Order: sequence, then C-alpha cells, then structure tokens
Amino acid sequence: MHAPILKKLLFGLVIILVMVPVMFPFLWMLASSMKTQVDIVAWPPRLLFSPTLQNYERVFREQNFLKYFINSAVIGISAVAMSLIMGLPAAYSIARFQQRRLSIFILIARLMPGISFLMPWYIIFSRLNLMDSYVALILSHMLITLPIIVWIMASYFETIPIEMEESAMVDGATRQHAFLAIVLPIAGPGIVTSVTLSFIFSWNNFMFSQVLSMEKTRTLPIAIYNFVSYAEVDWGAVMAAAVAIMAPAIILTMIFQKYVVKGLTMGAVKG
Amino acid sequence: MDRDVHRGAGHYIEKNLHILFPLPAVTFVVVMMLFPVLYTFFLSFTNWNLTSGQPLSIVLLRSYQRILREPRFTAALGRTFSFTLMAVSVETVLGMIIALILNREFRAKGLVKLILLLPLVATPVAIGIVFNLFYDPTIGLANFILTRFGLPKLAWTGSASTVIPSLALVDIWQWTPMITLILLAGLASLSSEPYESARVDGATEWQIFWRITLPMVMPTLLTALILRSIDALKTFDIIYAMTGGGPGYASETLNVMAFKYSFEYFRMGQASVILVFLFLLVLMMSLVIVRLRKSLEL
Repeated sequence: MHAPILKKLLFGLVIILVMVPVMFPFLWMLASSMKTQVDIVAWPPRLLFSPTLQNYERVFREQNFLKYFINSAVIGISAVAMSLIMGLPAAYSIARFQQRRLSIFILIARLMPGISFLMPWYIIFSRLNLMDSYVALILSHMLITLPIIVWIMASYFETIPIEMEESAMVDGATRQHAFLAIVLPIAGPGIVTSVTLSFIFSWNNFMFSQVLSMEKTRTLPIAIYNFVSYAEVDWGAVMAAAVAIMAPAIILTMIFQKYVVKGLTMGAVKG
Repeated sequence: MDRDVHRGAGHYIEKNLHILFPLPAVTFVVVMMLFPVLYTFFLSFTNWNLTSGQPLSIVLLRSYQRILREPRFTAALGRTFSFTLMAVSVETVLGMIIALILNREFRAKGLVKLILLLPLVATPVAIGIVFNLFYDPTIGLANFILTRFGLPKLAWTGSASTVIPSLALVDIWQWTPMITLILLAGLASLSSEPYESARVDGATEWQIFWRITLPMVMPTLLTALILRSIDALKTFDIIYAMTGGGPGYASETLNVMAFKYSFEYFRMGQASVILVFLFLLVLMMSLVIVRLRKSLEL
C-alpha cells in the first residue's frame, strides 16, 4: 500500500527537479523586474524584497517602448498575412501534386542563415531609399514567416482526405474553387498552428531589424538590446522590458499550446 | 458568352494550378533569397569595401586567400563547431533523459509540456540579457550559487576560457525542451507490441531502452538532431546580445564574424567569403536531412 504512494512522491520530486531549471530564468527575470536598483545589486542576491512596479512605469513612460511594441506587432501581423496569401496555395499545391522539389526548396529557405541574404538587402534597400521603412521590414520578416507557413500547411493539407474536394469537383466546381470553399474552411487548426508559430518567430527576430531599421521602424528586440548597450545598465528596467517583450509570445503559447507543440515537433516526427 | 469566357479562365487556372498556386511564393523566395545569395557569392570574388568609396573590383580568389589565412577566421570556424557540438550533444542526452522520464501518464503532464514550451518561444535577445544578469561576476546569482557550494567564483562570459560553455549553457537551456517534446511525440507513436514481448522474455529496462526504444525513435532523433545542429551553427542573437563576440574575439562564431565584417567594418567582399563558408556548411547539413528523410521514407 505504501510503495505506490512513495513511488508517486518520488516521481513528483523528479518532475519538480526537472522543471525548476526550466522555469528559473523566467522567475528570476520576473522577480528582478520588480526590484529596485538597490535590491538588484545587493550581495548576496535578495530573494525577499518589497516588489515595485516603477521599472515598468519607467520603461513605458520614458522610452518609446509602446511605439516599438506596435512596430513589432504591425510588422509581424503584416508579414504573416502576406505569407498566408502566398503560402496557402503553394502548400496546397505541394501537398496535392507531390511537388517534392518545391518542398525541399522551401525547407532550404527555412534553414538558410538569414545573414547570407541580409547583406545584399542592406545594399539594395539603401539604394532604393527603403532603409527604416515598413516595406523593407515586412518583406524581410516574410522570409521567416513564409517558409514556416508553407512547411506546416503542406503537411496539414496532406492529412485532409482528397475525397472531399473530388466530390465537389465531380459536381462541377473547379479545383481552385474547391480549395477556397472546402479545403480552407476545414484547415483551421493547421492555419492556427502556422500563424501562431510564424508570428512568434517574427516577433522574436533580432538580426533583420537590427540592420534594416532605425528609429522609425525599430522593433522590440532591438529596443531591449539598445537598453543594455547604453553605459550603465538599469537592470530593473531591462528586466521589465524583457518581461514585456516575452509576454505576448508566452500568452499566445498558453492559448494555443496544443498547436504550438504540433508545429514545433512536426518537422522531425512524421506528420 | 460572358459565362463561357469565365469558365475558360477557370479551366485555364485549374489546368495550370500546380504552377500558378506556388508561383507567388516561389517568386518571392527567388527574388528575396536566391538572388541575394547569388549576389553574395558574386561579391565574395571582389574586394568591395562600402566605406572606401572606391568601385568594387574583381579580385577572384584573393578575398578567399585573405580570409583563409586570417587566424581570426579559422578560430571562428572551430568555435562555431565546438559551440554546436557542446550544445547539441548535451541537449540530445538531456532531452532524451527528460523525455523518457515524462513518457507516461500523469496528472500534471499538460502543465509540464506547457512549461517546456516556454523557453522555445522566449525572445532570444531578452533571454541572453537575463542570463547576463545571472552571469554578472559581482551581482549575479550564478556566482552566488558557486560560493554557496564552496566553489570559486567564475568570470562566465567575461573570460575567454569560460565564455563558450557559458553561451552553450544558454542554448542548452533554451533548446533541450525542443528535443524532449519531439521525442515525446515520437515515443507516443511507438507501438507497444515489442515492449510486451520483451517483458515476457524478461528483458531489463536497460536492455529495452537500448534494443527497442532507441532504435525505434532513431529516425525522429536524428532529424531533430540535424535540425538543431543547423540552428546551433547559425546561433547569432544570444551571442551578439550577451558578448558581442568578446571578450576580444573569444566567442566570435562565423555568423557573428560575418555580421561584424558586413555591418561594422563594411568589408563586403571579405564578409561574403565568410558567408559563403557558413552557407556551404548549412547547405551540407540540409542535404543530409533531405537524404535522411528520403532513405527513411519520412
């Protein structure tokens, strides 16, 4: 009678032992974001302190943080929307016509180091006077979002039975009509997966905006990076900024947990 | 009549759907990626310097010679590999162990999986900065923990000898959960039959792992491993945000070095040479994946 309980307890302990290191940086970040500078630089590090929200106030008041927040959202949403328009038909075609070479082409686009096309963009965008423009930022972020959307959606479309379109086509509908009227409406879960994941990766991207944006189109990751590179580090404010930048991605993940797991693991598991 | 024309257009689209549907996406990738990559390749044969004000001149392989003879480059190349090897090997072993622990039904499994997801979606630059606070030699928690165990303080990212392992640790923290989640999905799809017969035959858990579980999840594990290695080879955000490649050049990987050559020194020709090497490295790994998928019929 005692053995199973003991075993359960032991298992619970092991789980906690594994989860603590995973959670710890988040908790430490959250705690530090509510510390005063005095509490942060204290040695030994303080676990008990009276929490304050003044770091958040400082971040959102003094810096143009809200503007960068909106920039990140606008660029991410636009890139995802455009990628859906281009990517969904492409993914459908890959799935239905078994275009293996095309799918490899897209896979390689997803794996290429961003910097190998960033340098030419830098040259071209400056010639076209498109530096620090939303156009340049959205186009560059589409190279993150488009391959993810095509990659996830192609395997999703493969799981949709072809009979549904075929019966519509027997009734006289064209294939493109069947795609729009029958396939897309039932592809919801796949679209949610690909949209969530591609938006998060766009949101987190640092390198493209670091090179292509200046004050006007600056995104959050650059804002937080600049925070640190200025002389003395205001750790409390930086941690508050870190919490603010991660919050949307984490909230999205909590809402769409099932979809995010699927999207992240399907690349390796047959899906 | 009007309707016929309409039908005709619809019919035309339907007949060429396999070309028309992928066309916008393919055009986009070709214009935004393939052309730029080819342009970079072309630039690698020049000595173009954006700040010199001189027109670029073709020097053929001279930029290659210069870069290959540059000790900074060979060091960065080796460092890129050692960082990747360090991070990915620990992630694989640790990810596997955690997956095996979690591979059973228990009440908090949903919550545990959610927690495992969080590092994967966290903004790398911000994570790097959080770890910088953690590693800070005077106020950081890392040294506090060391002193608590009676160990000497470390300089972490501040010293050439510890900077790469310290950065790899951040990568390990962020990406081990990915290996775990992929393996959990793979383990869940295994059939239980071989396990039952092995238990009937009296196999130990250890034997079952090596003889049954590992071979069966191997395809999943290998693909995950290569995908992870490609991403680790390209690691930029955390290194650039945490150390900027320093101290000195001690944490400069190919990606960071190429970034500096392009956007800090504006030596586009030489930067392109570094990019060509990074590109080939990633391309090789990608082809391994493609081959692997084919041979395993994934």
